[in-house]
Amino acid sequence: MTMATLTPPFNTIIGLEVHVQLKTRTKLFCRCYNRFGGEPNTQVCAVCLGLPGSLPVINRAAVDLAIRAGLALGCSIPPLTKWDRKQYFYPDLPKGYQISQFDLPICSNGHLDMADPTDPHRQKRIRITRAHLEEDAGKSIHDESAGKTESRIDLNRCGTPLLEIVSEPDLRSAAEAKSYLTELKLLMTHLDISDCEMQEGSLRVDANVNLWIDSASGQIATPIVEIKNMNSFRSVERAINYEAERQYVAWQETGRTIKDEPKTTRGWDDVREHTFIQREKEESADYRYFPDPDLPPVRIPREHVESIRETLGELPAACRKRLESEYQIKPYDADVIVNQGPSMIAYFESVAIASGDGRRASNWILQDVMRALKERDGTIETFPLPAITLGVLLRRVTSGNLDNARAREAFAKAIETGQSIDEAVDSMGIRAVDASALDDLCRQILNANPQVLEDFKAGKVQAIGALIGQARKINPNANPQSVRESLLKLLNSQ
Amino acid sequence: MSIPLDSVTELLRLQACGELSAEQIVVASLDSIYKSQNSVRAFTHIAEAEAIRAAKDVDGRRRRGETLGPLAGIPIAVKDVLCTLGMPTTCSSRMLRDFHPPYDATVVSKLRSADAIVIGKTNMDEFAMGASTETSFFGVTRNPWDITRTPGGSSGGAAACVASGCVPLSLGTDTGGSIRQPAAFCGITGLKPTYGRCSRFGLIAFASSLDQVGPMAWSADDAALLMSVISGFDDKDATSLDTAETDNFIPTRLNDLSGLRVGVIRDAIEHRSLSPSIKEAVINAINIFADAGAKIADVRLPHSEFGVPTYYVIAPCEASSNLSRYDGAHFGFRGRGSRDLEQELGPLIATYCRSRAEGFGTEVKRRIMLGTYALSTGYYEAYYLKALKARRIIRQDYDTAFEQADVLIGPVTPSPAFRLGEKVNDPIDMYLCDLFTVGANLAGIPSLSFPGGMTDDGLPLGIQLQGATLSEPLLLAIASVFQTQTNFHLRRPVR
Repeated sequence: MTMATLTPPFNTIIGLEVHVQLKTRTKLFCRCYNRFGGEPNTQVCAVCLGLPGSLPVINRAAVDLAIRAGLALGCSIPPLTKWDRKQYFYPDLPKGYQISQFDLPICSNGHLDMADPTDPHRQKRIRITRAHLEEDAGKSIHDESAGKTESRIDLNRCGTPLLEIVSEPDLRSAAEAKSYLTELKLLMTHLDISDCEMQEGSLRVDANVNLWIDSASGQIATPIVEIKNMNSFRSVERAINYEAERQYVAWQETGRTIKDEPKTTRGWDDVREHTFIQREKEESADYRYFPDPDLPPVRIPREHVESIRETLGELPAACRKRLESEYQIKPYDADVIVNQGPSMIAYFESVAIASGDGRRASNWILQDVMRALKERDGTIETFPLPAITLGVLLRRVTSGNLDNARAREAFAKAIETGQSIDEAVDSMGIRAVDASALDDLCRQILNANPQVLEDFKAGKVQAIGALIGQARKINPNANPQSVRESLLKLLNSQ
Repeated sequence: MSIPLDSVTELLRLQACGELSAEQIVVASLDSIYKSQNSVRAFTHIAEAEAIRAAKDVDGRRRRGETLGPLAGIPIAVKDVLCTLGMPTTCSSRMLRDFHPPYDATVVSKLRSADAIVIGKTNMDEFAMGASTETSFFGVTRNPWDITRTPGGSSGGAAACVASGCVPLSLGTDTGGSIRQPAAFCGITGLKPTYGRCSRFGLIAFASSLDQVGPMAWSADDAALLMSVISGFDDKDATSLDTAETDNFIPTRLNDLSGLRVGVIRDAIEHRSLSPSIKEAVINAINIFADAGAKIADVRLPHSEFGVPTYYVIAPCEASSNLSRYDGAHFGFRGRGSRDLEQELGPLIATYCRSRAEGFGTEVKRRIMLGTYALSTGYYEAYYLKALKARRIIRQDYDTAFEQADVLIGPVTPSPAFRLGEKVNDPIDMYLCDLFTVGANLAGIPSLSFPGGMTDDGLPLGIQLQGATLSEPLLLAIASVFQTQTNFHLRRPVR
């Protein structure tokens, strides 16, 4: 199926349900450490194993992180929130129910502003229906190799705090879904709410997709499909595109609409690049939600919400705008820096302030620093060169004491050898040449090239170009502009 | 000398003056337990070795002059719904027959810290669902006063082991009357505390919003001593009450009851199902309180008739959820699906079905079905939500009543201990045993059952005192006054 180049004869309607794991020290209802990985079934206790007699106790830090996320998403936070049991049998759910939130979620009615993929300078607002807290389940590992039908259960993940963020069906393309996820991930990582690593499962996406088609009999909607098992932003995009085309073809073949078919669940197969049916009907989905009698409702005083709001700081969208205006950098540069997270923003700002040159700072960070990080497979937090040092180096470039090429060599050497910039500069013999030394150097070269004086007097100013190169050969630290000025001064005085 | 296994006060005194060792007490208690097991069968597990070791430890520390806890050397039996490290905790169910919890319930660790000696686990209705201890997977417990009769339930073993003279104290749990009714049937004193007063951590849940642990003993004074040990805030139980009240329940001796307002639940006393002997006993108790100076007035709990139906929606709903974890996957009994069942349902669902079909008894399954039904889409509003509303109204009835009276007096049960087998095949009849007791659970208030009479054929009769939230000290003090003026709590069954 290839229709990508044509304008599709339908609108794709997409709503996303995103689960993010919260970065709390301990789990949602017990005191086990909340860590990814570990030997199977080692990060568990009576509570997260659901042993008889154990009882859950809420981790207030998770509540606070959820409020933080909700505020960043413009949600309202109710004065009272409560816990409900969602009941179903599955081996990775040891209690036979998941503690979640049904009718009083901790966050509701918010929105996320994201870049419009068709025009990155425009923003599009996606409404957030709700975000609620719940405990994660364990993992089932099915070993079907060599004809085995064995399943193993790892319960380490049980009880990890999750925030399920549910959007309205406001997204209209796979590219918009990706843009939404990119902005959401940025917001969550920026605020240190979640790592949002899809590979580690700390961000998981389910997409509800259907089509609006203008048909002869008016607009119809195709049956809603929930897509699961997508393990990267790229696979979300591909799965939605695939599913939109599949639904269109299915509609053409069967004419079935949303009225003829309940919601179905399909999985995404990343290798075969298609979706496949997982659950035919929602007949098994009576979760028998009811309030968890083990957990009293949580009161959230207004002042508490406000105190969390005060700690939010600057959100990414505002930060981009500020960097653009405060340091006169390009929107693209601001975007790249902000997308790297708070540490990179702080690094950039220090470099910009120490160098006094925002544009040079952003150029260097986008090119040199980020390339170095990529080569070293490192992060800005562990980058060996302090921002102030880089800033001072760039100030020397701006003031003409050092040319860009030499600065780059010093930068590379400092990172490579672990030397400070000063040590690198010294070991490379880079030092500013003072005015009298420069004049001496130029005088020496002029004496060795009497022809140039003749040419100069004959009006050939460009003749001094060759001399600048000679001066740099003798002393690489000589700034070309200064050499030129010195030469002109000497020539004019003769 | 004979060892007074019916009085904590005496056992403490005799140890303090060196006339008795903890070891002697424990040996006597074990002897008594083994003798009664054939007839009464109160225990599901007897922790002989651990108990003797713990007693020797207490004796050694006493010899060395170390400070000992308030229940030093006192043997205590624990209902088998409370988790105990090093002993099985079965809920009298096939499902948990081999379950050994890796922790003590908070109330059990408090017992150990008080140097009490946990001597064994007592029989109960399966998962505390029942009023006769007949639904136990391990067989019935019998009433020491008449072994053809039930000791009541679900804490039937905990009541019977005290009444048969095996131990002076036991821990029961009460979800709809499961401490008070067996206490009444066995002629002892039992307290259902305010909801949240004793930690539920390690109490295997039946209905989480109703379950409470409480003390059982011959006298109110002994129950008070035990209550002082087991109560208190626990950060492992989110429903635990963090009260500023002290947890000292030892009654300040009241000389009389002047000024006390005793409300008589007239509708209960005049209830058509109440047996005349119990009515007589309650009226007798009212007269004793009146003589001691209390002011007596009738009070009404206008919605009490909705108590049982409300309870039998809420409790099964919570139970159906709480018991979901017993699916054969992680702990407890695992049934094997037949080949046919596996073909039909797949190995996973087949295992779930067989585990739950074979691991649970009839009454438990009945309540799981009731609760699952009442929480299902389309029925939730009509049953569960409506029951929650009724519960609020019942609670308001009590609030109003406690504006007029300090405590409410009435019967515990409609009848004295009934015969084994009499009601076991009639669930509705069995549920109606909870008629006078479920109100306190629904309202979360404390309620005390104490012996107040005897039938002509020698069966004990219980009186119920209900009080406002956190009024346990008052209830215990009033019962203590009653017990200084009567000797019902001193009657013993013929061995």
